[in-house]
Amino acid sequence: MEFLRPASWQEALAAKAEHPSAVPIAGGTDVMVEINFDHRRPDHLLDLNRIGELEEWETGEDTVRLGASVPYSKIMAGLRRELPGLALASHTVASPQIRNRGGVGGNLGTASPAGDAHPALLAGGAAVEAESVRGSRLIPIDDFYTGVKRNALAPDELIRAVHLKKASGPQQFSKVGTRNAMVIAVCAFGIALHPDTRTVRTGIGSAAPTPVRARTAEEFLAAALDEAGLWESRKAVPPAVAKQFAVLVAAAANPIDDVRGTAAYRRHALGVMARRTLGWTWEQYRGHGSEQGSTSCA
Amino acid sequence: MGITRTPTSLTQSEATRGGIGESTLRPDGTLKVTGEFAYSSDLWHEDMLWGYTLRSTVAHATIASIDTGEALATPGVYAVLTYDDLPTEVKHYGLEIRDTPVLAHGKVRHHGEPVALVAADHPETARRAAAKIRVVYEPLPVITDEASATAPDAVLVHDGREDHHIGHVAHPNIVHRQPILRGDADRAAARADVVVSGEYVFGMQDQAFLGPESGLAVPAEDGGVDLYVATQWLHSDLRQIAPVLGLPERKVRMTLSGVGGAFGGREDLSMQIHGCLLALRTGKPVKIVYNRFESFFGHVHRHPARLWYEHGATRDGKLTHVRCRIVLDGGAYASASPAVVGNAASLSIGPYVVDDVDIEALALYTNNPPCGAMRGFGAVQACFAYEAQMDKVAARLGMDPVEFRQINAMEQGTVMPTGQLVDSPAPVAELLRRVKSRPLPPERQWETTEGADVRALPGGLSNTTHGEGVVRGVGYAVGIKNVGFSEGFDDYSTARVRMQVINGEPVATVHTAMAEVGQGGVTVHAQIARSELGVTQVTILPADTRVGSAGSTSASRQTYMTGGAVKNTCEAVREKVFDLGRRKFGTYHPAWATAELLLEGGRVVTDGGEALAEIADVLEDEVVDLELEFRHRPTQAFDLRTGQGNGHVQYSFAAHRAVVEVDTELGLVKVVELACAQDVGKALNPLSVVGQIQGGTTQGLGVAVMEEIVVDPKTALVRNPSFTDYLIPTILDTPTIPVDVLELADEHAPYGLRGVGEAPTLSSTPAVLAAIRQATGLELNRTPVRPEHLTGS
Ligand SMILES: Cc1cc2nc3c(=O)[nH]c(=O)nc-3n(C[C@H](O)[C@H](O)[C@H](O)COP(=O)(O)OP(=O)(O)OC[C@H]3O[C@@H](n4cnc5c(N)ncnc54)[C@H](O)[C@@H]3O)c2cc1C
Repeated sequence: MEFLRPASWQEALAAKAEHPSAVPIAGGTDVMVEINFDHRRPDHLLDLNRIGELEEWETGEDTVRLGASVPYSKIMAGLRRELPGLALASHTVASPQIRNRGGVGGNLGTASPAGDAHPALLAGGAAVEAESVRGSRLIPIDDFYTGVKRNALAPDELIRAVHLKKASGPQQFSKVGTRNAMVIAVCAFGIALHPDTRTVRTGIGSAAPTPVRARTAEEFLAAALDEAGLWESRKAVPPAVAKQFAVLVAAAANPIDDVRGTAAYRRHALGVMARRTLGWTWEQYRGHGSEQGSTSCA
Repeated sequence: MGITRTPTSLTQSEATRGGIGESTLRPDGTLKVTGEFAYSSDLWHEDMLWGYTLRSTVAHATIASIDTGEALATPGVYAVLTYDDLPTEVKHYGLEIRDTPVLAHGKVRHHGEPVALVAADHPETARRAAAKIRVVYEPLPVITDEASATAPDAVLVHDGREDHHIGHVAHPNIVHRQPILRGDADRAAARADVVVSGEYVFGMQDQAFLGPESGLAVPAEDGGVDLYVATQWLHSDLRQIAPVLGLPERKVRMTLSGVGGAFGGREDLSMQIHGCLLALRTGKPVKIVYNRFESFFGHVHRHPARLWYEHGATRDGKLTHVRCRIVLDGGAYASASPAVVGNAASLSIGPYVVDDVDIEALALYTNNPPCGAMRGFGAVQACFAYEAQMDKVAARLGMDPVEFRQINAMEQGTVMPTGQLVDSPAPVAELLRRVKSRPLPPERQWETTEGADVRALPGGLSNTTHGEGVVRGVGYAVGIKNVGFSEGFDDYSTARVRMQVINGEPVATVHTAMAEVGQGGVTVHAQIARSELGVTQVTILPADTRVGSAGSTSASRQTYMTGGAVKNTCEAVREKVFDLGRRKFGTYHPAWATAELLLEGGRVVTDGGEALAEIADVLEDEVVDLELEFRHRPTQAFDLRTGQGNGHVQYSFAAHRAVVEVDTELGLVKVVELACAQDVGKALNPLSVVGQIQGGTTQGLGVAVMEEIVVDPKTALVRNPSFTDYLIPTILDTPTIPVDVLELADEHAPYGLRGVGEAPTLSSTPAVLAAIRQATGLELNRTPVRPEHLTGS
């Protein structure tokens, strides 16, 4: 196995063009596990750790351009206000050690249905900035996940950054695991209210072959909020609407039975998380409740 | 020689007084916390090879052929061994029954069974070469439960059994069966005002020790081998290893290496024989280290169990009778199954007075992973079931569950179902009173001025609730565990103690073969030597087989047994010192002949406190050096028909109160507090005692809410051999564990002490289950509880 250590982004793109089968390594928290278990024996590892700009983010007027290798711990600490959904999701990833290494680029590279960033990225309407020696393009997150652990990157492409709109409304993230920390999701749910466009977006994790949105639920909720003029009045969401939203979220999942949980439980839990996170975000939108409904913790 | 030694030696400084009863610090504590402690996986030798074990990918099959040609031809490979390469007629090993082939012979009986060995100059080379070994399996039907095991036409897991249990079992797929009959359960049942029955299921728990199986075998010039290994009982290993190698025991020299936890999982052999075989074959040192995945196949697990119970009670809350049947799944090899059966049967009704019982416990041979020793050893599964029953009976009687237990609690003088008299304190009612009288943690303890602290809620950091759906529950349980090896086993420990003067100071050296697996035995040995010999400087030598057996670090026995042996030898050494003193100084002071003498503060003193001489002056150049064996009171086998017999040495008791918050909609649990009260007879090191109780409590919590090896019932393949999916509690899952330690001396034991390590593992699980039942109103007859059991989805 050859270990490529490009010193710059341009060198990295050139290396990837020359060796399209090279496996990029950022935090290594997925790659090294795969290698240790011998699930993967790449000819080339492409180390991205010398490329400083991948660990930086830029905050514009309305958007954040998040470098692919910004570790979760920095997202939690530095982007809570701009990207509350992703910050919450980051906090649920693994342990402090892993959160200091792993980042969103790696989560996208692996594209596991259980990756915790995905529901937040789907709900936030992210776009993935992919680049190769041929040029750069923005892949809408809705088109990014193409199959179980497969994504829309071309063999010569690397992820440079993720673009996300700064939150214009409350966002939440919730995940079920059978342990109270350091656990892979049995299923997960992200929600973002977008008052500026009067839309709601969602993301479901670990309950379908890929991370998915619950589009019917989103459309139903947006229509219900509009019809009743709730965006303006900021009145409570009627329980029947919340309930129907939960039913539609559960219906959007396509889960399986596995060693971590049953399909039936996953559907059930998604409904509960959808109802609760809608409640938390809407209360916050109404001006009640704390910023994220929970205190911060290390 | 380049061997990394485990720093278990300790020399205490002058300032350390540190006798028994003090919380002296552990010599290995700082090293472990800072990551400097050398575990067996850190062993290294110049020029060493790496061993690798090829394991079966199927659970039950005949081996049609094994082709090692390509593996052997791989550059860097020094040896490839299969069953056919075993050097002597002894090709099996086992703790009690030698039913386990060193390498599979014509057949594999469980997923992950060792089939072949490779030694190579790099671990990766060894692994890749092993992948080139072609094994052709012809599948056999898998035996996975009692029905498939005992069907008349069932395939036999072991053909032609000749062990000493085959004569009294109804089917060759039953390892051992122990009934206990006392009184007349049928007649007593007629007196019952309520009768409650239930069926319970206990999942397969893993010891999940953090240091995987590992060791280093170094061939010696005399044709023998030096083996450095992490184990629980050096001499038991030795007895099993030497015959397979065709060596006398004196030529297999074993030294304990750094052990990263054990919990029963190192009672059976793992890489010991394999490493030695490869070292002797290649003439080079061979190291074998399992990774986490392999470790799940490298040791036995806790027996999963099915348990049926019937309890009767009168209206005023007295138990009339108990009937029960406990079926333990022993998996493919016997391991400790027979002893686990004896424990499960004899402790099956818990710490209660019941004169009329009809009990049966048995262990099966199946094609599931082999099960054997784990902290609590058969008593754990029973406690889960009988405590659930006690709650059910109390509820039927409309009684408080603690009061109902107290009415039936055993005490000193109670007769066990085995007919054995409980002849030392058994403060069961008092332990329950203590946990119950503690103030409860505040309601809605997750609320802070800034909102909900998710860490204090079910789901924790995963942010699933801010209080919605959360219901509190409180539950109680108490358990009984035996201490020491039972059923007539000749259980002894050896200690060698030397006393001499070094640089003008009396120094004691303690040498035992006790496996320090993290329990703090080396700390306690030094404390005992200081107390008994009145010295401050004590050196604990590394454990090895140059000294006699210390027995196993299991059954909560080491402080009692090897601690007792150290005490016993120290006492004999002390007498020798007095003899020397009398000879030297007796004529100068009459007290040498008339007074009770003690060693204190480096001197010989009278019981009146008068100093007679410095130990250093008594000894001068003399070295007092003794090696003695220590035994506990003999026990008896249980009668095979009635289960009667004085089978146990000592009992230990712990009680728990669990406080949980359950997210009833999502089925997630946060254990908020697990209070424990335990009688330890005498706390030799109070801090270690609390550590044992908190650790045992947490391990019990694990199997209540998350820990389970999942085996596919159709294929008998293990589905979650990793820490990704075999979950153990994190610190966020571990509640506050207030501990109340009682010290009621057992006059039969050294210092009156009672083994501590296992009892807290028993009652923790049923207490948590009881609390979840109270919060949810569900029956919950199975542990661990999974979210879908609580949501009905
Ligand atoms: C103990 C442990 C616990 C974990 N728990 C969780 C958890 O709770 N939730 C969760 O979501 N994940 C978890 N993970 C998985 C992992 O930490 C995350 O997926 C993390 O986001 C990966 O980031 P990384 O930088 O380490 O990726 P790496 O391992 O470096 O890379 C992952 C993949 O992405 C590719 N890649 C990385 N960077 C780029 C790039 N710039 N362009 C193109 N491809 C790229 C790599 O080639 C590889 O295929 C856990 C891992 C471990 C070891």
